[in-house]
Amino acid sequence: MADVITLQGLTKRFGQQTVLNGVDLDLQSGEILGLIGPSGAGKSTVIKTTLGMEFADSGSAKVYGAEMPNRVLLGQIGYMAQSDALYTTLTGRENLEFFAVMKGLPKDTLGAEIDRVAQVVDLTGDLGKRVSGYSGGMMRRLSLAIALLHSPRLLVLDEPTVGIDPALRIRIWEELRRAVQAGSSVLITTHVMDEAEKCDRVALLLGGKVMAFDAPAKLEADYNVDTIEEVFLKAEGEL
Amino acid sequence: MRRIIELMKRIAKELVRDPRTLALVFVAPVLVMWLMSVVFSVNSTTHVDVATVGVQSSLRTQLNDVKHVSTHRYATTHSAKAALKSGKVDAIVKERDNRFDITYANTDSTKTSVTKMAFQSSMTSTTLKQLSEQVTKLAMANATLQAKMQAQAAAQQGAAGSTSASATPTKKTATKAVKVHNHYVYGDSNTNYFDKIMPIMMAFFVFLFVFLVSGMALLKERSTGTLDRVLATPVRRSEIVLGYLGTYGILALLQTIVIVITTVWLLNVEIVGSLVNVVLVNVLVSFVALAAGIFLSTLAASEFQMMQFIPIVIVPQIFLSGLIPLDSLPKWLDYVSYIFPLRYAADAQNAIIFNGDGLGSIWLDLVILVIFVVVLAALNVVGLKRYRKV
Repeated sequence: MADVITLQGLTKRFGQQTVLNGVDLDLQSGEILGLIGPSGAGKSTVIKTTLGMEFADSGSAKVYGAEMPNRVLLGQIGYMAQSDALYTTLTGRENLEFFAVMKGLPKDTLGAEIDRVAQVVDLTGDLGKRVSGYSGGMMRRLSLAIALLHSPRLLVLDEPTVGIDPALRIRIWEELRRAVQAGSSVLITTHVMDEAEKCDRVALLLGGKVMAFDAPAKLEADYNVDTIEEVFLKAEGEL
Repeated sequence: MRRIIELMKRIAKELVRDPRTLALVFVAPVLVMWLMSVVFSVNSTTHVDVATVGVQSSLRTQLNDVKHVSTHRYATTHSAKAALKSGKVDAIVKERDNRFDITYANTDSTKTSVTKMAFQSSMTSTTLKQLSEQVTKLAMANATLQAKMQAQAAAQQGAAGSTSASATPTKKTATKAVKVHNHYVYGDSNTNYFDKIMPIMMAFFVFLFVFLVSGMALLKERSTGTLDRVLATPVRRSEIVLGYLGTYGILALLQTIVIVITTVWLLNVEIVGSLVNVVLVNVLVSFVALAAGIFLSTLAASEFQMMQFIPIVIVPQIFLSGLIPLDSLPKWLDYVSYIFPLRYAADAQNAIIFNGDGLGSIWLDLVILVIFVVVLAALNVVGLKRYRKV
């Protein structure tokens, strides 16, 4: 199976601070990869370098075999940021329309695609309302819907379920599984340890390097613990 | 192209749904300009009260005759000084032994200038009058002399010819009363300071509000994260800049039309040149403001930091674009003003509004403004690289 994402020896410095110190990571087609690590470990930097928003100081980031940054390739990546990143004076539908056109969706499928993603996140009835009137959960759902537009082959989600109620979180994960079954791949960063359990593979970013990188069950066996949370704590303790 | 239009539509929707910003862009300039026109037209005439001590009556009358000057006779210097201190008079003119001493209160430099000029012109008039009286006397004396000589000559020649034309000794060299008619190339006798600064104010308001509104809009996109999300799509950075230029350009066009209509019809300001040219200059100014606003917003981390640019970017421009007459500024400041776009816009607007100049004379100013836009827009496209490397 071809790699969807390949990160090799990624190094990134911000001023005096070395955030990434030779990160090696790969995302296989049809899997959900969870990236975990303490705050400030560089998870967002990994995402930004993968998307071409940042230049790495050394090393390479490739998506579908193409070196990033690559503007055209962005049309095939769905991105959901940590912040809601919505135009609050616009309605839900207008937000979706805007980003759909930015992504390059053809005009004739626009309406149908918007309806589809709205249905996935259960916002169909609220599309006509201005986002300023949305609740926090509704904004998160809209944010996810925007990422799902045009069923991208690669979904990159930066802490997508922060502050989300459990029911909604389950729904989001159901959608992610469905997308993977339909052929997409997912890179997700999270602080929520039980979410990490649901990933196909987990990468633990610590001290600028990927300290552990395997299926959750295998990691737990390697570290001789029962949960990913303990893997995390044990690995941090060892550093 | 499709993306640019979509960007323009979205930015337009955001603007239209923000009533306060619209009020700032359309209503505020009208209000301020109306206020300024009222304030400046009230203060256009300065009246001066002058105390005279021992001044000859002819000069005193002349001084009193000067418009906006009234003289008050005081017997002693002491009483005049008391009046000056209490503010009853603005200046004292004392004459003694053909020497004039003038004391000015000088709390209002305009009044001092009016007094000086009034005194000068009165002196000149008085002197001229005396001079013409002397000339008349001399002419009469000369005529009398001529008559006497002719009479003697006639007497020597005999009786006849007493009808010889004798210059009438009472021939008066009449000093014809001189009349001055004032003609105004621009405006009329009521034209005041507001009319002078109005072209600069128009360009200034366009610049100020477009600069702030566009800078804030982009800052908001950065802080809410929507800029990142947009840059995570295949959109080009140049398309984002063009989208902003497009919508805000239309906004500035509408704003200029509103301001021009206000000044011409509501405030009765005369514009000699073509209104289309006035609008054109302002639209160009808005493009510069837009590009500058977006560019500087990349150097600001918050809305408050954006406001901190106002003393650097906005305030110098308004002073160096002609609000204070440029020929009264030190020369080096005049050169400095050429780095600011408002200087060129003000020059062009002044030429159009006061002189009726057409594109033929102002084309250089317009070209320079266009260069400003192109350079700043290019800087913006490069500046956006901070948020996406490609």
